[in-house]
Amino acid sequence: MTNLLNKKRPPAFCAGCAHDRVILALDQAFGDQGLAGEDIAMVSDIGCSGLFDTFFNTHAFHGLHGRALTYGTGIKMAQPELNVVVTMGDGGLGIGGAHVLSTCRRNIDVTLLVLNNFNYGMTGGQCSVTTPMDAQVSSGFLNRLEPPMDICMVAAAAGAPYVARCSAYQKDLALQIQKALTYKGFSLIDIWGVCPGRYTKRNPLTPGQIKERMGELPAADGLVTQNQRMEYGSHYRKVASGLEQAPDAVCVERSFDPVFEDRREVLLLGSAGQRIVTAGEILCLAGMTGGMHATQKNDYPITVLRGHSVSEVVFDKEGVGYTGLDNPCVVIALAPEGVNRRKSKFAEFDKDTVIIRAAGIELPDCRARVITVDFKAHKIKKTDWALAALAVLARENIVITIDMLEKALTCRFKGDVLAAALKLVHTNFKILQKRQN
Amino acid sequence: MGLSIMEGNEAIARAAIHAGCRFFAGYPITPATTIYQNMLRFLPPLGGICLQGEDEIASIGFCLGAAMSGQKAMTATSGPGISLYSENISFAIGSEIPLVIVNVQRLGPSTGSATRGADGDVQFMQWGNSGGMPVIVLAPVDVRDCYELTVWAFNLAERYRCPVFLAANKEIAMTRESIDLAKVKLPDLESRRYCDENKPFAPFEIEQGRKAPDFLPIGGSRLVRQTSSTHGEDGYITVDTETIARTQARLLEKLTSTVDDFTFFEADLQKNAKTLILAYGVTSRAAKHAVKVLRQRGQAVSLLILKTLWPVPQRLLKEQLACVDRVVVVEMNLGQYVREIERLCENTQVVFIGQMNGELISPQQIMEVV
Ligand code: SF4
Repeated sequence: MTNLLNKKRPPAFCAGCAHDRVILALDQAFGDQGLAGEDIAMVSDIGCSGLFDTFFNTHAFHGLHGRALTYGTGIKMAQPELNVVVTMGDGGLGIGGAHVLSTCRRNIDVTLLVLNNFNYGMTGGQCSVTTPMDAQVSSGFLNRLEPPMDICMVAAAAGAPYVARCSAYQKDLALQIQKALTYKGFSLIDIWGVCPGRYTKRNPLTPGQIKERMGELPAADGLVTQNQRMEYGSHYRKVASGLEQAPDAVCVERSFDPVFEDRREVLLLGSAGQRIVTAGEILCLAGMTGGMHATQKNDYPITVLRGHSVSEVVFDKEGVGYTGLDNPCVVIALAPEGVNRRKSKFAEFDKDTVIIRAAGIELPDCRARVITVDFKAHKIKKTDWALAALAVLARENIVITIDMLEKALTCRFKGDVLAAALKLVHTNFKILQKRQN
Repeated sequence: MGLSIMEGNEAIARAAIHAGCRFFAGYPITPATTIYQNMLRFLPPLGGICLQGEDEIASIGFCLGAAMSGQKAMTATSGPGISLYSENISFAIGSEIPLVIVNVQRLGPSTGSATRGADGDVQFMQWGNSGGMPVIVLAPVDVRDCYELTVWAFNLAERYRCPVFLAANKEIAMTRESIDLAKVKLPDLESRRYCDENKPFAPFEIEQGRKAPDFLPIGGSRLVRQTSSTHGEDGYITVDTETIARTQARLLEKLTSTVDDFTFFEADLQKNAKTLILAYGVTSRAAKHAVKVLRQRGQAVSLLILKTLWPVPQRLLKEQLACVDRVVVVEMNLGQYVREIERLCENTQVVFIGQMNGELISPQQIMEVV
């Protein structure tokens, strides 16, 4: 049997500390499995249990209080073959509660040994989440106000597939640990022991009493039947292996001469559901087919299905500098929500600004030239107004041409969606052109 | 050749993949969420890992574990998440764990405004962790910078074994922008140096002339120790004051003495200009615009866009500041980096333009002051 105890650093706990027993049992469990030091990563938390990693000749990772499970998870995902053992006290259990619950639910193949001695040893015996209400601890009366937590019940409720409660004094502790180590999935052992340094001075506790108190709680002896399922890492890799690689970024070739040479800004004002953001993107792509650089900034509330939707597009051949709007040459106004959102800007628009307005939308006073389009009369669905408005823009030849717009659509869409978009743009272009003539 | 369009966050994710990042963990937060979503699209099909932590602390914890297991790891968040990262950032600094941290800054303090930009974490990224050791902070100006500086961030994290921040801003990260990917200039990729097979390994041993210890992964064939405690070369806790002082001095020196090697900037200097505009991040774009207009009007003015914010590139700054009578520092906060400039100025007058209302500082605002 190999022995993985670090001879150069023998355990240095207080005389009678239960941690000593757990160290020996853990080493025996490693040995019984025939594990070598490089097969194991010991991840330790803070407190007296935080010394655990130093007593073994294994890979070791000692980090922040309560976070040991997070490091263990990262290590296990990166090195799936490694046996990852996390040790923490009842202190780490409390402060790292969210990680304990999540690891139970995640079911990653890590073993957690909770060295439960009912108080914070290292900082002077304050109460923890497992301190009995009648104990005398350094937290004054505070532990009398909060009942101790049964970590086994909590872990099982959170989805842990393997939960056992052990006493540091039971004869088969090594075997219990080994069973947890070999379980393929998350396993937790709640190991009860004494802390003579801080706790048992004022709260006498014998191995017999520990056994008795454990007996009063619901049993936790390993497999949690209802929580059996595939281990997280294996499951992850299985699902991931079936996923297709994400495509490269679409590249738009310059196919046309640009309509303009200087900087141009376009403001799209609409409401949620009008596909304003998509229209803004198509507008960018259309400009890019003319070799123009573009930026697009969107503004919509966090409640995406309600309220305004605003998109600001800037073109510049040399690359867009300032991405804010200074003086838009075109404003597309399709909903009152969007118009309201930028209503203070209207006074600044000059006569060179063109506003493409959906019929019925009220505009604040301004000097801009307004083109009103009755989308409803043309039987265009509200969700298509933004795209149709781009066709109007193309007709005006201000920023893009109809060829650019069509090309942009072929970059953005495929199949039926593309056909429908092209038809919409093309039909409207014709209708609107006719109207103009 | 043509143009692609993407937001800064997508560029960061694509660049991370290029740099060899195969581990990402994050917790969704506007305006950084789309980095996570892009990594989720890119990584699993490549055999990489992308995890959503139960919170920011778990996310960076996963990354630290993976980084010590040999992965190039990245996480992304915004100000509220950086607060939760803080303790683990100190860990990565003190225990020399390579990690790229993207901070897509939004308007604070606190939860602030999720969808409004700001550069309000500029001092926080440097000083918001215990111990007071330097970190590297790179600040992109546009989507192309997001691409290039992300690759650099990985290189520097690997070279110096330290956390490297990418100080983005909602205004860059969530603004879509055209980019000519063929023109993106990417450095050769660097990886942390592994300990030679024939040499004995101590996890924090420093070879003469080297800045960071050689690496071996947790899970490899030789045993590795990592610890957040004050440690000696062997990775065990130490109380030896000499060892402690030596390590602390090295942690400081390894970045402050090398910053000239990774000082990224754009200088557009004009002869005879008495005024230098100094900006970083998205604000540089307004500054550029302002400079163009001012020069058209016949005014001589120089521009320095800083892309390495921390450690403060003192040599570059002192050189440039000595050439002008006045420096106009423009930033999207109420005066943070200007403190660094003030302490470096001897005879140069410092003028500050700041704004924190969720809107971009406009070229007009800069021109009025200049
Ligand atoms: S304080 Fe308690 S837990 Fe810590 S070593 Fe002493 S007895 Fe053990």
